[in-house]
Amino acid sequence: MASMNDEIVIMRGINKSFPGVQALENVDFSLKKGEIHALLGENGAGKSTLIKVLTGVEHPEKGTIKIEGKEVSIKSPQNAQMLGISTVYQEINLCPNLTVAENIMIGRAPMKFGSIDWATTNDQAKKLLLELDVDIDVTQTLDSYSVAIQQMAAIARALEVSSAKILILDEPTSSLTTHETEQLFNVMRKLKSEGMAIIFITHFIDQVYEIADRITVLRNGNLVGSYETKNLPRLELIAKMIGRILTELDDMSKYKLESSQHIKSDVLLDAQRLGRVGSINPFDLELHPGEVVGLAGLLGSGRTEIAQLLFGIESPDSGSITMNGKVIEDFSPIKSIGRGVALCPEDRKVEGIVGDLTVRENIILAMQASRGWIKYLNSSDQNEIADRYIKLLNIATPSADQLVKNLSGGNQQKVILARWLATNPQLLILDEPTRGIDIGTKAEIQKLVLKLAEEGKSCIFISSELEEVLRTSHRIVVLKEKEKITEYSGEVAERKIMQSMAGSE
Amino acid sequence: MRQSKSSFEWRKITESRLFFPFIALLLVLLFDLVFIRGFFAIEVRDGNIYGNLIDILRSGSTVILLALGMTLVIATGGVDLSVGAVMAIAASIAALMMNPYVMAKELPENLQKLVSDPNFTYAPLWAVLLVTLIVSSLCGLWNGILIAYGKIQPMVGTLILMIAGRGIAQLITNGIRIQIFYEPYAFIGNGWAILPIPLYIVILVFTILWLFTRKTSIGLFIESVGVNARSSFFSGIDQKKIKLLAYTLCGLFAGMAGVLASANIKTSDANNIGWALELDAILAVVIGGTLMIGGRFSLFASVIGALVMQATTTSMYAIGVPPNAVLAVKGVVVFLVLLLYSEQVRGLLRRISAPKKEVHL
Repeated sequence: MASMNDEIVIMRGINKSFPGVQALENVDFSLKKGEIHALLGENGAGKSTLIKVLTGVEHPEKGTIKIEGKEVSIKSPQNAQMLGISTVYQEINLCPNLTVAENIMIGRAPMKFGSIDWATTNDQAKKLLLELDVDIDVTQTLDSYSVAIQQMAAIARALEVSSAKILILDEPTSSLTTHETEQLFNVMRKLKSEGMAIIFITHFIDQVYEIADRITVLRNGNLVGSYETKNLPRLELIAKMIGRILTELDDMSKYKLESSQHIKSDVLLDAQRLGRVGSINPFDLELHPGEVVGLAGLLGSGRTEIAQLLFGIESPDSGSITMNGKVIEDFSPIKSIGRGVALCPEDRKVEGIVGDLTVRENIILAMQASRGWIKYLNSSDQNEIADRYIKLLNIATPSADQLVKNLSGGNQQKVILARWLATNPQLLILDEPTRGIDIGTKAEIQKLVLKLAEEGKSCIFISSELEEVLRTSHRIVVLKEKEKITEYSGEVAERKIMQSMAGSE
Repeated sequence: MRQSKSSFEWRKITESRLFFPFIALLLVLLFDLVFIRGFFAIEVRDGNIYGNLIDILRSGSTVILLALGMTLVIATGGVDLSVGAVMAIAASIAALMMNPYVMAKELPENLQKLVSDPNFTYAPLWAVLLVTLIVSSLCGLWNGILIAYGKIQPMVGTLILMIAGRGIAQLITNGIRIQIFYEPYAFIGNGWAILPIPLYIVILVFTILWLFTRKTSIGLFIESVGVNARSSFFSGIDQKKIKLLAYTLCGLFAGMAGVLASANIKTSDANNIGWALELDAILAVVIGGTLMIGGRFSLFASVIGALVMQATTTSMYAIGVPPNAVLAVKGVVVFLVLLLYSEQVRGLLRRISAPKKEVHL
């Protein structure tokens, strides 16, 4: 029975691009009074850009926004607040060393005789929190309370700021326990019953089905669709989030089948009950030369954590890794490189490229690190290596001396790949190697992975795109909520894996 | 054809990282040429060369040494505020080792004469230098441990030694300014062999450091850590060790600078040796174009930067600006140089020079 009047926010045809990326393309979104609306999509889908447009942080290139039927242009976060839009961000942006009351009332504390009237300030803060069913001493510092309470304080502040009508919660539950999450949901239900429109961003599917009335799915900057939660089965939702890319890659499966004959029976790496508290529950994993093992699971399921444990970014606190028959005792990237392990990390900008160095220097970096400081590759060797990989991987750069930060995302990714191929690894771990790069390059990288396997290397392939994992992997490990659920080998139906990823139903 | 080639090379020159430091140095020298008569006069006495230019190189040697160490530290994304204080520590240790008797209240007669003997030293010169430089390296190591392993912010971490260092230097000499009579030591700072001795030292140190950073992978690792420490860690570079190395070398060079300074003025003056020189060193590095956030560095550009600082000081003294006012003038020079470096001003210059380029082509 949704009449037009119920829709407090209507966004139409929103376009926003950043250098090299179309972050949002013709996206529509609407939000009704008194509903909880989940905004879903994998990394890079455009969720945060859409929120930033709505909160005035980013300005769309095209498209219209209507708030309560009136067309508006939201110029700044302050402007958004005046329109009744309040946001609680993923990282709690409050001051932990101030009191709860100060945090809630900061900037708007009532004054008396030219100074802050603390008694009234504390009273008001207390009252605001009581409305959220939180009864605490507001004169204690914020960091003396749990993350959940801090989250509540953030919400109280958001409500205080702007007599809010629209509340945006960006991954509010990612650091909460089950009980704390329940507490937050109660608050959300209460606000909803008072007519608040709530946008809820999360990657926990279970929570979406627990609390959301409607779901909007984005993928690669495009709107997939908006659905009533009760009409959208989980499996369908996951399929919509993960998507499938339309390519001419059908020959890949044949290629994969051929390459699977090269898998050797000896064990390259054997992880037994390997785990680390807080990142991944103990799991077993066996890798063979010539094999590509895919890790499937939603964001936060423990994919990256496995990669980082195997490469020595983090040390495990339980279990063991045996590589080539030897038990590994020292965990660090440099030791792993020495053992022939390579990790192409998930976050290209932060963990991958060294922006102000040249393509050449970026390519030789890991190789040089493993050679040590004294055996410096002279410039002709460096150039030869760089040129070889620029050619092999088709890296589009004017020269090897170009700063890597000036390259496009896909080419930066290839530079990182080159860095690791240059170390001639036995085990290559690729964490989201195709994220944010164009389809052509994706296909190149997938083919490369299979080719490397054929040469006898072992690969771990991690991707948010299930179809991609299926296409490249001989064996698939399914993860859910920091736990290895199961393993499939050979030809597996996409549906089966999605069912494992989704858990119940 | 020839014309277009020359314009291409011109662009290569203006885009070189040495271009702006050189321009800054030339501007200072141009000022001298116009306003100070006989500034460039060079005199040969007893086969040695003297003159204002030589003096800039000689007096600049301390700042150059500091700037070399500071370049490495800044390239890792840090800063070392303690180098001036480390200079004072080095000077105190050296002076004490050469002449511990100075501190005694009453001396037997046979020793009293020895104390001011220009040929007397208690510890041999090599031992004096070795211990001094080891201690100053340890000072640097201390900074490095605080910053790399203690994860303290560089500015705060090195501030500790900056403040404590002068106190330590005072403690070493019991608060006494020890005069240095031993001539071979003084020769290091004020001696001449055609050119001033400090100049040879600087050239030697520069060459070794350049080889150490550019003919091994140390330079690349330092730059990589400075640009993106996390990516470097993922690539197998031990960023903690790299930082430790940079701070230790910075301490070592500060020790050398302390030796030069104390040898030059023939005293261990814990209050004044290296006073505020850390700022000159930082500015020298900045003028040399190394960014304070870390990354790419050029040792040679830092040397030029140090010479800009020293040339300014020497010029101001030459036209008779009182020492206290020199600081103000230095401030103005640094301001002008950094103006040249700002992207806005460069953009402006590019726009002005753009039509010319078209004529060239």
